[in-house]
Amino acid sequence: MENHHNISPEVTFAPHHASDAEFKKKVRNTTILLSIITVIELGFGFLMYATDFSYTLDLFIKGVIIILSLAKAFYIVSIFMHLGDEIRNFIMTIVVPLLLFIWFILAFVLDGASYLNLRNRYDKAYKERTLKTEHHEPAPAKGGKE
Amino acid sequence: MWYFLMSDAFTFGAFLISYGSIRFSQNFWPDPNVVFNAFPGAGHANLPLAFVSLMTFILIISSVTMVLAVHEGHKGNRYGVIKWMGWTIVGGLAFLGCQAWEWHHLITGEHVVLADGKLEMIGQTMGGNPWGHLVDPALAQKALAASSHETLVNIVHSVNHTVSHEDLAKMPHEKLMGMVNVAEMHIREKGPIAFGGYFYGITGFHGFHVFSGVVINFVMLIMAQKGVFDRRGHYLMIEKAGLYWHFVDLVWVFVFLCFYLI
Repeated sequence: MENHHNISPEVTFAPHHASDAEFKKKVRNTTILLSIITVIELGFGFLMYATDFSYTLDLFIKGVIIILSLAKAFYIVSIFMHLGDEIRNFIMTIVVPLLLFIWFILAFVLDGASYLNLRNRYDKAYKERTLKTEHHEPAPAKGGKE
Repeated sequence: MWYFLMSDAFTFGAFLISYGSIRFSQNFWPDPNVVFNAFPGAGHANLPLAFVSLMTFILIISSVTMVLAVHEGHKGNRYGVIKWMGWTIVGGLAFLGCQAWEWHHLITGEHVVLADGKLEMIGQTMGGNPWGHLVDPALAQKALAASSHETLVNIVHSVNHTVSHEDLAKMPHEKLMGMVNVAEMHIREKGPIAFGGYFYGITGFHGFHVFSGVVINFVMLIMAQKGVFDRRGHYLMIEKAGLYWHFVDLVWVFVFLCFYLI
């Protein structure tokens, strides 16, 4: 840190003096990458809309979309917010607490699912009311054209 | 700044997880492709996801211009900072404009729903939404006969703009019924009430972040313009505003994921 006289000590990384062209290239590549990932996600979204996949395949595609979103988040945080250039210990103080989300998501989503199962088992009227696939119109009504 | 953003991430995370929890506890949830299928100026064309993709790209691009502003700040180039901050603010305002249109469209755009054996016209509000199960046309026809005269007038008016509201109101029930074809209307039941609260709550909270981000960026722009950072010798504040702005983009990635994609 000693040779960066103009920068306050709060900055925890040494800005490596990359050339302007190199920086621009990095930003451009990241932008293109983010755009491509978004387009792929939208493509999957349309695919699920246009085709009547089975429940499992739908779930699989949604999983892929979630992983792509996480990749997007990684690039935004590490390149745009340049957390990737910080010192390792600093990165860890940010990333490790976020691991709490793994428990957080699992616990609450499973809680919701268990509530659903219990209600469907003991409140047949509710199940009947909200799960009536037999009331669907035949094939041509698929998709919404409101 | 990083620790503030981490705490904000937990706030957003909690909102989205509670949404996920409710969603997992429902047998039925509205299909986002059906809910978000409008585009400004495109009338009733069915364009699922198109508008929200535009919003997503606006936010990504404004994030890129912010990166460039921070980079100019590193170099101490005041005019570069002003230029790119300006574009970032434009992007933020464009996003807010898009969101305003989307909300307005959802709240005021009324759809025909079946409720208690009658047809009604409702928009997407906190109290209910028109995105439930599709209704069998035979059932809808029966409900049409049971609907109030006023509702019938509104339904006919929504499919046939050529006749004025007043003229329609004078027509008898049977004539009005003959003017609508329920089979073509894709009438639905009411969907889960929680959808509206979560959608408006979370996108609203994100929109508020965008708004405060625009205000912060605007303040930074003025400070840069007045040479405050040049006198200080560094552009660290631009960097902090930039972190906040990227965070807003980051949150949108997940809001987009949870509400529009899956």
